[in-house]
Order: sequence, then C-alpha cells, then structure tokens
Amino acid sequence: MNHEERLARQKKIRNFSIIAHIDHGKSTLADRILEKTQTVTSREMQSQLLDSMDLERERGITIKLNAVQLTYTAKDGEEYIFHLIDTPGHVDFTYEVSRSLAACEGAILVVDAAQGIEAQTLANVYLALDNDLEILPVINKIDLPAADPERVKKEVEEVIGLDASEAVHASAKAGIGIEEILEQIVEKVPAPVGDPSAPLKALIFDSLFDPYRGVIVYIRIMEGTVKPGDKIKMMSSGKEFEVVETGVFTPKATMRSELTVGDVGFLTASMKHVGDSSVGDTITLASNPATEALPGYRKMNPMVFCGLYPIDNSKYVDLRDALEKLELNDSALEFEPETSQALGFGYRCGFLGLLHMEIIQERIEREFKIDLITTAPSVIYDVKLTSGETIKVDNPSMMPEVQKVDKIEEPYVKASIMVPEDYVGSVMELCQRKRGNFITMDYLSAARVNIIYEIPLSEIVYDFFDALKSSTKGYASFDYELIGYKESKLVKMDILLNSEKVDALSFIVHKDFAYERGKVIVEKLKALIPRQQFEVPVQAAIGQKIVARSTIKSIGKNVLAKCYGGDISRKRKLLEKQKEGKKRMKQVGSVEVPQEAFMAVLKMDEPNK
Amino acid sequence: MVRGVYIHIPFCHQICNYCDFNKFFFQNQPVDEYIEALGQEMVLWADDLKNASVETIFIGGGTPTSLSVKQLERLLALIHTHIPMDSLVEFTSEANPDELTLEKMQLMRKFGVNRLSMGVQTFDQELLQVLGRTHSNDHVYKVIEYAKQTNFPSISIDLMYGLPNQTMDQWKASLKEAFRLNIPHISAYSLLVEPKTIFYNLLSKGKLTLPGEDLEAEMYSYLMDEMKRNGYAQYEISNFAYKGIESKHNLLYWDNDEYIGLGAGAHGYVNSVRYSNHGPLKKYMHTIEVDEKPIMMQKEVSQVEKMEEEMFLGLRKNEGVSLARFEQRYGQALQGVYGKEIDELLEKELVSIENNFIKLTKRGRFVGNEVFQYFLTS
Repeated sequence: MNHEERLARQKKIRNFSIIAHIDHGKSTLADRILEKTQTVTSREMQSQLLDSMDLERERGITIKLNAVQLTYTAKDGEEYIFHLIDTPGHVDFTYEVSRSLAACEGAILVVDAAQGIEAQTLANVYLALDNDLEILPVINKIDLPAADPERVKKEVEEVIGLDASEAVHASAKAGIGIEEILEQIVEKVPAPVGDPSAPLKALIFDSLFDPYRGVIVYIRIMEGTVKPGDKIKMMSSGKEFEVVETGVFTPKATMRSELTVGDVGFLTASMKHVGDSSVGDTITLASNPATEALPGYRKMNPMVFCGLYPIDNSKYVDLRDALEKLELNDSALEFEPETSQALGFGYRCGFLGLLHMEIIQERIEREFKIDLITTAPSVIYDVKLTSGETIKVDNPSMMPEVQKVDKIEEPYVKASIMVPEDYVGSVMELCQRKRGNFITMDYLSAARVNIIYEIPLSEIVYDFFDALKSSTKGYASFDYELIGYKESKLVKMDILLNSEKVDALSFIVHKDFAYERGKVIVEKLKALIPRQQFEVPVQAAIGQKIVARSTIKSIGKNVLAKCYGGDISRKRKLLEKQKEGKKRMKQVGSVEVPQEAFMAVLKMDEPNK
Repeated sequence: MVRGVYIHIPFCHQICNYCDFNKFFFQNQPVDEYIEALGQEMVLWADDLKNASVETIFIGGGTPTSLSVKQLERLLALIHTHIPMDSLVEFTSEANPDELTLEKMQLMRKFGVNRLSMGVQTFDQELLQVLGRTHSNDHVYKVIEYAKQTNFPSISIDLMYGLPNQTMDQWKASLKEAFRLNIPHISAYSLLVEPKTIFYNLLSKGKLTLPGEDLEAEMYSYLMDEMKRNGYAQYEISNFAYKGIESKHNLLYWDNDEYIGLGAGAHGYVNSVRYSNHGPLKKYMHTIEVDEKPIMMQKEVSQVEKMEEEMFLGLRKNEGVSLARFEQRYGQALQGVYGKEIDELLEKELVSIENNFIKLTKRGRFVGNEVFQYFLTS
C-alpha cells in the first residue's frame, strides 16, 4: 500500500471496546457482533467466543484482553474495518481496562435495562472518559419483563452525564438492535488520526508468551507502519528486534503484510522474554525512531498478598515454574520465595484483588496440576517501630512483637456501594461492622442510592463481597479505590494447634474485635479440621496470652465393619479413597490440616450462623 | 489355591433399608432358571474346582431362605454334584429367621449344611421396623428350637449397632438377649450407610439421625468388653465366638486365601485374579447360556498388592499377620517391606508385635482404616 491507500483505509477503521458490568451481556453482545459481521461462521460459533480461557468461560468473566478485527458493510455501502477490544469487567482488573481503552477511540457502554448502572461500570466509564473515548450507551436486555429502559436512560444521563437520547435499545441474546449498534459505531466513533508515513509509534497493550514464536506482542499502531523484516526498538529499554510476523486476530491469528495507523493486531520478533516488551511501552523503528514515546500506563501495585505452598513439598520447583509462566502473561502478578515453619517452602504472592488471587490459584492447580495450600490474604501494613524505623509487613506472621511496635498503619479504601434504597440499612450496618467510616450518601434515582464509606482494605479482602451480597440479596454493586494509610489499633493473633504455633494461620485483627474473633476462629478451625488420631487443642493467642480455645476430638471409630461378601476390591477402594483425601491436606507438625482451614479467617464474620 | 466357594442367591421377599448387595424382589424373577444357571456356572469352573481343596462353602445373599423347599433342594443337589466335598469342614447358609421352616432346616442338614448365619440385626422390635426387617424375636426363638431338633452344629447371628436413633440402652438390651440365648457365634456390624439404599436417600434428605461417631465408638467398646465378659473370643474386628466356633469361611477372606464366587454379582479370587460377576440376572444367565463364565470384571493382583491385602485383611484378625507366613508367601521379611510404616504405627501404639505376629492394639482396632492405609503404598 502507498501513503494515500493507507490514509483511505484509515478513514474506514473504527476501534472500540465494550464496557459492562458482569452479567449485563458484554460477551453475548461481542458474540452477536462477530456473527453479524460474519467474522465467524455459525459453525465456528462457540458461545462466548472471546472468552477463550477455560476459566473465563466457566466463570463468565474476561481475564485477558482480546482484540478482534471485523469487517462490516454499512448501510452507506462502504466496508469498514472494526477492531473490537475486549475488556475485563471486574474491579481487580482496572489496570487491564485502562490498557485496552487506550487502544480505542470509542466504547460501547452496555447497561442492563432492568438493573441500571453498577458501581464497577461507572468506574470503567470514567476511565473511558479520561481517555477521551466516544461513548455509545446501549440499553441491553430490553426483552426482559423487568426492563425499564427509560428509567435506565435517565440514570445514564444523571449519573454519568452522557446524552442517552440516542441509546440503542438492544437484546444481545435475542439479536435485537445489533445492526443499529454497528451503524452507530460507523457514525459516531472517530476514525484513528495519525500519519502512516511518520516514524512508527505502536502502543503495547498486552503480550503473551508462545513457546514456538516467543513473545506475541499485542499492539495498536498510532503513527507509522510496521512490517516483517523491520528492525524495531523498544523505546523504554532501547532493545532492538527484527519483526518476524505481523498480523491481526479474526479471531484466529491471521498474517498481514503490514500494520499501519489504526490497526490493532500483533507482531512477533523472536523475543524470548515477556519482559522485553513491557506493556505500555512504545515500539518504534530502529532506523527511523520516533522522538517521543506514547504516554504509558501507571503500573498497578498488588494490594492483596498471600502465601502459596505446594501440598507436596517436592513440587516447590514446579510451583516456581508455574508462577514464572503465569507472570509472563500477567504483569500484575508478583511473587517472592517465603518459608513457613508450618508449610515449608512456598511463595508470597501479590495480587490486584481477591478474584485475581483465586484465578491464579485455580490456574496453578488446573493447568500445572499442583495442589496448593493458600494462606489467608493479607494487605501491606506500615509498621513504625519504637526504634524509629518503619517497615512494611505483608505477612501477618512477620509482624514484630507488640513491645517493638510504636504504631501500625493500614491501607484504607474509598468504597462506593450502589444499592436499592431498601438495603441502605443493611449496607450501613455491614460497613460499620467492617470498621468503616461513613462519608456520604447520594440518591441516584428515587429508589437507588450510592453510599460512600472509607473502610480498611483488610476488611474488604476478608469477606466483604460475600457479606455484601448476602445482606443485599445480591442487589448491591461495589467498587473501591485505595486512598492511603491510616493508623489503627491492630494486634497479631496467633493460632496454636496441639500447642504449637502455626505461623500460616496468624492474622492481624483490630484490638477491639480480637477476643470475639479469637473465639470464632477456634470454633471454625474445630469444624474444619477433621478428627485426628489424638486430641488436638486449638488456641488463639495474642502474644503470650491465650484468648480462646477449643478441642478437636480424636477419631472415635473408623474401621470398616462389613464383610462385603468377599468383595475385597471394594474394601481397597474405600481405603484408597480415605488415603487420597489425606493427600489434599497439609501435615502441620503432627496434625493434618485441610486447605479450607487456612482460609478460616475469611469466614469469621458470619453473624447469622 | 482355592479353599472355599461362595454362592450368591440374589432374591429377597423384602428389601432391607440399609442393603446395597446385588438383590431383587423375589416375585416374578426367574428363580428356577437362576438355580440351573448356577449349576451350569459350577460346570464352567469344573477344572478349578477339581484342583481345589474346598474346606468351606457359604451360601449368601440376598436371602438363600427366600427359596422354596423345592428350589433349595435343587440348589443343594447341584452343589453336591459339582463341588468336591471331601475336604469340606464348614458349610454355611445365611437365613432370615421368618423364612426358616423346620422342613428347610431338615433339608439343609440332609445335604450337610452345618452352620446357620441368621440376620437378626437387633432384638428391638422398633428398630427392626426401622431397618425394614419383617421378622420378630419369636421367629428367632423358634429357629433356635428347630436348630436343636435338627442338630445344627453351629448357629451365628448378625447384630447391628449405630442404627438410626439407637440408644446405648437399646444396644445393651440386644446384646443381653443374645447372651441369654447362648448363641455360640455373633457378628456385630456397625451400620454403614451406602449409596443406592433407602437409608442413603433418607440421610441425604436429612431425614435420618445416626448416633454419631462417638456413641458408635462407645457401642463398639461396650461390645468388646461384654463379649469378653460373657466368654466369647473376638477373632476379627466384627466377629466373636466361643472357642473353636470361629467361621472358617470368614477367616479365609482375612487370611487372603483364594475362593470361587458363584452367582449374579458374586466376587471371587482365583489364581491371583480377583473378579466379579455380572449383577443383572439376564446378563448373568445369557453369558452362562453361551458357555462363558459370567465375569464382568477381573484384575490380576500384583505381588505388591497381594502384600498390601495380606496386611489390611490380616490385621482385621485379632491374631494379626504372621511374620513367618508373610515371609514364606512373599519371599521378603514383613519389616523389610513395611519397616517405616510399622515403626510409625508401633510408635503411635496402634499395632504391636508379639510372638512373631503383628496385630492391632485395642486403640488400633477403633481406627483400623487409619492403620490399613499405611500399607497402601502402590
């Protein structure tokens, strides 16, 4: 292509994302758009096509970004090139959302016609507005009996300040309104601006390691053109590589002879390490470099930490390999070696949030077949010692002795909770119980309220999501952002099994709640740890002082009485099954402890049970 | 070498709420054809039977006494025709107390049956109903009377504990009644709620209350103490008898010896192969019709598995596992194979070694499964 051809093509490109709350129909809408543009034939059509990771399809969430090129023949008779960039909807993945939005000029905002705007959607819309994206509101699920599109449109206008008068009424599931959405994309989303003959500026918005091709770099071309054989340069590191392939996803990886302004696709360049192509960096040509890099992204720091330990100690090296492989495609994941007296060798890992933590844990168990013990998540505490020194503590068992501590500060978040008016009381009661400070409350509409609290992150990390869900029958939506550190009266609670301290079970708790929680936790542990061959005392202690205790009884009787009419194989199977069950447990001293016990601290706040 | 034969009669007039054995309602079943098929199956096993030294025969079920007198006679005649009886010392039939008539018992005696194993389960009338049993205590007393008349050398009863809502007092009363009747052999099993039973369904719907692990342990403890006090020797986890009355057929299983299993759903162990027969009657009978053994599944037991089984079966016996016999059978010293495991178990006082036998301690007997798992190393 020559310069003019490239410019002409550029005018036909539309790049957009879809912003939606979980369950509001984002993946279904993406599927419909793919069908409508005949990007995939119906034979290839697999429900929720963009969610390719097994876990994503099972959980109905998008974890990694996907970018698909589609062609659409509009009513004006012209053929347009669309790039649809998928975004995760969950609060843990705000960082990834901001990455994908930076590669777009527009965003479709999908709002459920019955449920209205949710807290997480709002956060993502603000991200999109920060990126100067054209936002196209779509009221989805209009075919549901409870749909009230006019009310929801009013909410969009009042809460976000968008003009919703031309919002498409759609049902992605029933295929209603899809064409209208596509036409609006053509009309309203601006074509990319940029000079295809200028020095190359390609934004890296994701990368993936492939054992055969090396790193696959996902890019959006802002300026210039890139093709196989070009010598490229990473603007932050200065490293140079030779481009092997350029291409787009349709959604299959499809080779193209070049990528130019507005294209969203990939390149490979025999890169061995994902670190060679850090997300947010700008790629330029070595021979004709750009003078200035594109604005990068702020790297998100992990907020939640936990220990991951292989149940089978000999799998330690395998666990390291697994984490290294996952890290290649997940820049937010952090880990470093850690030793626990109770659990042996493992890793302290940092995550963006609880969901991120669960997903990593599940991927290690599934994809790498390593059974794990996960310790309860913790936040990072700033601890000022009497010596004047300040240290950071991300593992409760490393909290210094009380005498050495001058003060402890813990991270706080601003939590916004959107909820129908009827549940305001229960939400406030919950936030109060979670040591929250009430900030403000706004009516979004006559019946919906946005409540703002400042709450310690550690309380969120524990079981806030579940508690919120159950106390509002699932009607609340929730978002939070870190606002800084505040001093709190915190103490370390140690747990002793069979009179031995189990470091992996220690947790940090507010002084005023300590006794009560100590009592709850010893009972929880008693319920979660199966009977052993001997009696096991369970104690909770602050320093040297025991604040609560219970006892796990010894096994009363476990012996198969029946003869089974000479069916010895059945006896064997039963014994093997019992033995297999033990393999899922970790031997701590002389006590067999199941995985759930290490998470018991998360389940402490269940007032109704 | 094969030392025993098990014969399965999968018919019942009433299905018990806890039973998960292969069984069918008697009505409308091809019972006569089934008995003929059993005879044919014996023919198919002729070579192995010829080389066997059959010391014990056990007719189990289901309920063998569900058969009519005529059917029972045909079955016993077939056994005599096809199974070599010259080494036979014990010939047991299971029985339901309410199905035993004097005539059936006379018939059994005539054909050499010398041991009755009766499913009494409890002497508590209410609990009998809970279990879905149809007999009453009077039936039991009557059978004991018939046994005297017919000179039955040995009677055993099964008792159960850990039953729904069963109290310690109810358990004590049942045992007391058994002792009063002077029954020479008692098997006492704790209830195990198995899938595909009425109890299982009730339990999963929350409609069944079991006594729980601790009370069950107390019942077991009481059982062992009382048996001892009343002159019974415990010879296995669940079996008690006057000296010399131990069931040789049961011991054959715990001794890890070989036996032929006949009938629908029966299990056997022959020439190092454990097998199980087809359970459904049609499949079982059709296979025999085309002159094939009705085996559904078989698996050769490896040397390692044999040693494991020697341990987890043998340790069920009070005498335990003979170190000498282990070495003789497997060519390796027991402690050479399981040294680490045994040290740990000795340390925990779950097993002891005395007079060249390794056996469970009293505490070990309560947690037998925990001990047995140590020997599953493959």
